[in-house]
Amino acid sequence: MSVDANTVRKIAGLARIAVTEEETAAMVPELNNILGWIEQLGEVDVTGVQPLAAVIPNVLRWRDDVVTDGDIRDAVLANAPQAEHGFFAVPKVIE
Amino acid sequence: MMTDLTDLGIVALRDGFRAGDFSAREVATAFSDAVAAGKGLNAWIVETPDHALAAADAADADRAAGTLKPLSGVPLGIKDLFCTKGVQTTAASHILEGFVPEYESTITTKLFAAGAGMLGKLNLDQFAMGSSNETSAFGNVVSPWQRAGSNAAMAPGGSSGGSSAAVAARMAPGATGTDTGGSIRQPAAFVGISGIKPTYGRCSRWGVVAFASSLDQAGPMARSVRDCAAFLEQMAGFDPKDSTSLDLAVPAWERDLSSDLRGKRIGVPKEYRVDGMPAEIEALWERGIAFLKDAGAEIVEVSLPHTKYALPTYYIIAPAEASSNLARYDGVRYGERELPEGANLQDMYAATRSAGFGAEVKRRILIGTYVLSAGFYDAYYTQAQKVRALIARDFEQAWAKCDLLLTPTAPSAAFALGEKSADPLSMYLNDVFTVPSSLAGLPAMSVPGGLDAAGLPLGLQIIGKPLDEQSVLNAGLAIEERAGFTARPGKWW
Repeated sequence: MSVDANTVRKIAGLARIAVTEEETAAMVPELNNILGWIEQLGEVDVTGVQPLAAVIPNVLRWRDDVVTDGDIRDAVLANAPQAEHGFFAVPKVIE
Repeated sequence: MMTDLTDLGIVALRDGFRAGDFSAREVATAFSDAVAAGKGLNAWIVETPDHALAAADAADADRAAGTLKPLSGVPLGIKDLFCTKGVQTTAASHILEGFVPEYESTITTKLFAAGAGMLGKLNLDQFAMGSSNETSAFGNVVSPWQRAGSNAAMAPGGSSGGSSAAVAARMAPGATGTDTGGSIRQPAAFVGISGIKPTYGRCSRWGVVAFASSLDQAGPMARSVRDCAAFLEQMAGFDPKDSTSLDLAVPAWERDLSSDLRGKRIGVPKEYRVDGMPAEIEALWERGIAFLKDAGAEIVEVSLPHTKYALPTYYIIAPAEASSNLARYDGVRYGERELPEGANLQDMYAATRSAGFGAEVKRRILIGTYVLSAGFYDAYYTQAQKVRALIARDFEQAWAKCDLLLTPTAPSAAFALGEKSADPLSMYLNDVFTVPSSLAGLPAMSVPGGLDAAGLPLGLQIIGKPLDEQSVLNAGLAIEERAGFTARPGKWW
């Protein structure tokens, strides 16, 4: 499998990263080089092997469904690029 | 004062302070002065002498009151991946430039509660993605080491390159690091210091900027094995705020240190004899084997047959997790926002992320997005998770024959800045010996083993069974006692 400029544009769109035509052109060979190298994994026989997601056996714990913090609105908003009236503000999304 | 305080390590500072040989303020002042005088290495993004001095004054008061804490009198460097309340935390990225956390990471909370002070926030590869500290938005860190007869700027390793440079240059007696695929061990090896990545889950990830959550693990970097043991004891421990934190007591690693390895079997994995390995690395490995034999251990050859697949597995899993973790940087809640004239919300996301992430971070996000995308998920991501299971199984099978593994930490000594940065793949290959144990979540440590012909440090890696940091540290101590590594970089900066 190899990627072309259209594929790079598509995945950049999925990743919400704006790319110029120049960047796209540069990324095509870079990504193909890396992807070509990782494709060697296809030769490994994984018959009957379960995918590993957690390396050290552990139990996902439950906790009581209660508020453990809160009343920290100003702290939550303190680093926002634009905070208005106690909310995060973003450009208009409905015309 | 007879001794230069900055020559002392964590344990020597702690014990000397307790014995009344010097005050904590004298220590904090000496290191803060070294930090201020070390700007040529670009190891620090933010300097916090006031924090170090305040902790020192508290330590001096505690000493007078008889209420000493485990790290009273010890100032530390903190990798700028740990959120520190009221102190800018950037992950060496533009997108988090100016981000001042409203909370403290669990690890720094524990270290400060243990009496340690903070000298500053240490530079790193951007979002911990890199092996040479050349992807930072705040410029390269320069290693204090140079090749004999050359003044070429050398890589301090990565991603914890600010940490390694600062400790090697005596700007800090120890520094926190984080390790996703070798980011503590490889930089430690490059600058002739020690560093341990504990078992996945030992150290809380809460408040550490996430890269690849199934791999990320914090650990200490310092100038001796004993310093690492004492430091790790104050970093490790259960944290209910981290869902993968291990609910286990922290062992007394420092107290139980022993370099007597009689009865221990050390495995030497034959697959780590990679093609083109420099003769000096082979010789280092043989030296390490001789050291451990001398300490009473039995050496056995073992096989880890899936070793060659570890790097490609890592370069699917880590970018996949990164692409998900870094989706949070959207210009809405914190960090940089780019809002071109007339842009809608989607445009703002894309412009913000384009301006805020560096080239290597974008590359990994795109690879991660690709391998997780519809139609490719099974061929890449699921396959990688299955190979990861086989890599973990290789180690489990090796433990039937041995207690620890000994390998070189890196396939070469440090390279010069710029030497590998043009080719991402050749940079990735530098992690060939550190990535397999990361994929298996195992404790692993690098200790200095000697110098190469150019006078640059070389590291030996010890890998242990899950939760057996003690044996890893013990073997590290056995190597340290025999390697007699006293070399240090000349002060040219």
